[in-house]
Amino acid sequence: MTEPKIDIGTEQFPLVDIDDVWVRYNGKWVLKSIYLQCFSGKILGIVGPNGGGKTTLLNVILGTVHPNKGSVKLFGHPPNKNSRLDIGYLPQISHADRSFPVTVIDVVLMGLYNKIGLLHRVNRKSKAEAMALLEKVNMSEQAQMIFGTLSGGQQQRVNIARALASKPKLLILDEPSTGIDSVAQEDFYELLVTLRDEQNMAVIMVSHDIGVITSHADQIACLNTQIHYHGRPDIALPPDIQQKIFGRNLHIMIHDDKCLTCFKRHENHD
Amino acid sequence: MKTMIDLFQLEFIQNAFFAGIMLSLVLAVISFFVILRRLSFISVGVAHSAFGGVALGMLLGISPTLSAIGFAFIVSNAISYIGGKKNLSTDTAIGIFFSLAMALGVIFIGLSDRYNVDLFGYLFGNILAITRQDLIIIAILGCVVLISIFLVFKELLFIAYDRDVALISGIPVAFLDHFFLSLLSLSVVISMKVVGIILVSALLVIPGAAASLLTNRYPSMILVAVSIAVISTIGGLLISYFADLASGATIVVLASLIFFMAFAVSQLKKK
Repeated sequence: MTEPKIDIGTEQFPLVDIDDVWVRYNGKWVLKSIYLQCFSGKILGIVGPNGGGKTTLLNVILGTVHPNKGSVKLFGHPPNKNSRLDIGYLPQISHADRSFPVTVIDVVLMGLYNKIGLLHRVNRKSKAEAMALLEKVNMSEQAQMIFGTLSGGQQQRVNIARALASKPKLLILDEPSTGIDSVAQEDFYELLVTLRDEQNMAVIMVSHDIGVITSHADQIACLNTQIHYHGRPDIALPPDIQQKIFGRNLHIMIHDDKCLTCFKRHENHD
Repeated sequence: MKTMIDLFQLEFIQNAFFAGIMLSLVLAVISFFVILRRLSFISVGVAHSAFGGVALGMLLGISPTLSAIGFAFIVSNAISYIGGKKNLSTDTAIGIFFSLAMALGVIFIGLSDRYNVDLFGYLFGNILAITRQDLIIIAILGCVVLISIFLVFKELLFIAYDRDVALISGIPVAFLDHFFLSLLSLSVVISMKVVGIILVSALLVIPGAAASLLTNRYPSMILVAVSIAVISTIGGLLISYFADLASGATIVVLASLIFFMAFAVSQLKKK
């Protein structure tokens, strides 16, 4: 791949560098020629319809799905077990496990298990560390409550605390607003912005809800098997630069809150 | 002579009680994870696969316990391996291996020219078959299972709670999956003589299931599961001894009654 790459909005070294990645599932291409970069201190939002390959793309970044073609670099290297430790991951909230018998602090402690080590017991120091993480997300008062009894927004804050336990450089969120009311969503995204600014963390979040992503992300990528990459919401790059940055398979367009162009494209792809 | 019989009965009762308590501890702790990880069907499959192992041991004239451990290890790990592949669900893998192991068992018995009366005892449990040697095996292997679970408890809990996040945060999920299934196999095999291959699956499910209805914190859930298992096993042994009923079946019926009571209590609590 000789095509020059230009970092979008920053000269920083990309934490995630996806270069012409193709993934095939059951004889069908679910990801085609994906180029994507993600930088420290930025929130990258990936939007797209359900079945558009969002979760597969996250799995490619996490290294749990291997591309059929193309290369993925995570912190400068192909993803492996060690690079994964620098990622904090928030899965979709699952309502099936509301009765799982763990307290809020148990959930946060799980994030510390790898550090505590196999065969070792949780000690007072780990518990203090977990409490400090809960304070950071303003959930320390609920530490002894059963996790499943919390509201969706509270559960996501606790999940953030767990994800922060490994002091990640990159936070990945899969459909973070599912099951959260709009007031709690605002609080949640404010927390993400604070983390981005205070810890210079990179954040990747995927959602089918474009409104949520556009109001909080620094960069937006639109995914439906292929990526239609958007830069900042209010900037349109000249066509020659578009070509240079995104190559032949990516299309940049002016992005507004409604993103009608983008959704028309999705409909055409479906 | 009478004293001799009394002594014999004392040892028999001792064996039965110690074996019952040890197995209750082991099966209750395993059932805690069986319920949290929704492994009820796999535990039934692994339990039945031990039958193939017992039959092989009888055919070859080696210890049925050893051959059953080997068989259950292979089957449980094969289910986990094949069920983890794309396009195949664990359910399908269990359905295949469960019946394959039983079928092999039937063939092995057919090939064996010695008719073995012990077989019924292995299938449905027979407390009369528990010797001091069995008790020692149950105690040693039971301790191995309990200590192993204790050592990796937090990781097993994490995997049960959120497998994907556990994997990404560096927990050796695949290894622990196989490890847990191996412990499950070991628990099944040491329970064969007391409750039987067919009935042990009930004790791999009921204590955890009933406890999950009564409490929502894991330390108390384990305690409740252990209590239910001990009450069912010891109560079942006593009832079966005095009423002259099959021990394994009596234990399972008692455990099921406790489950129904727990279910009723949980429904009343909801109202």
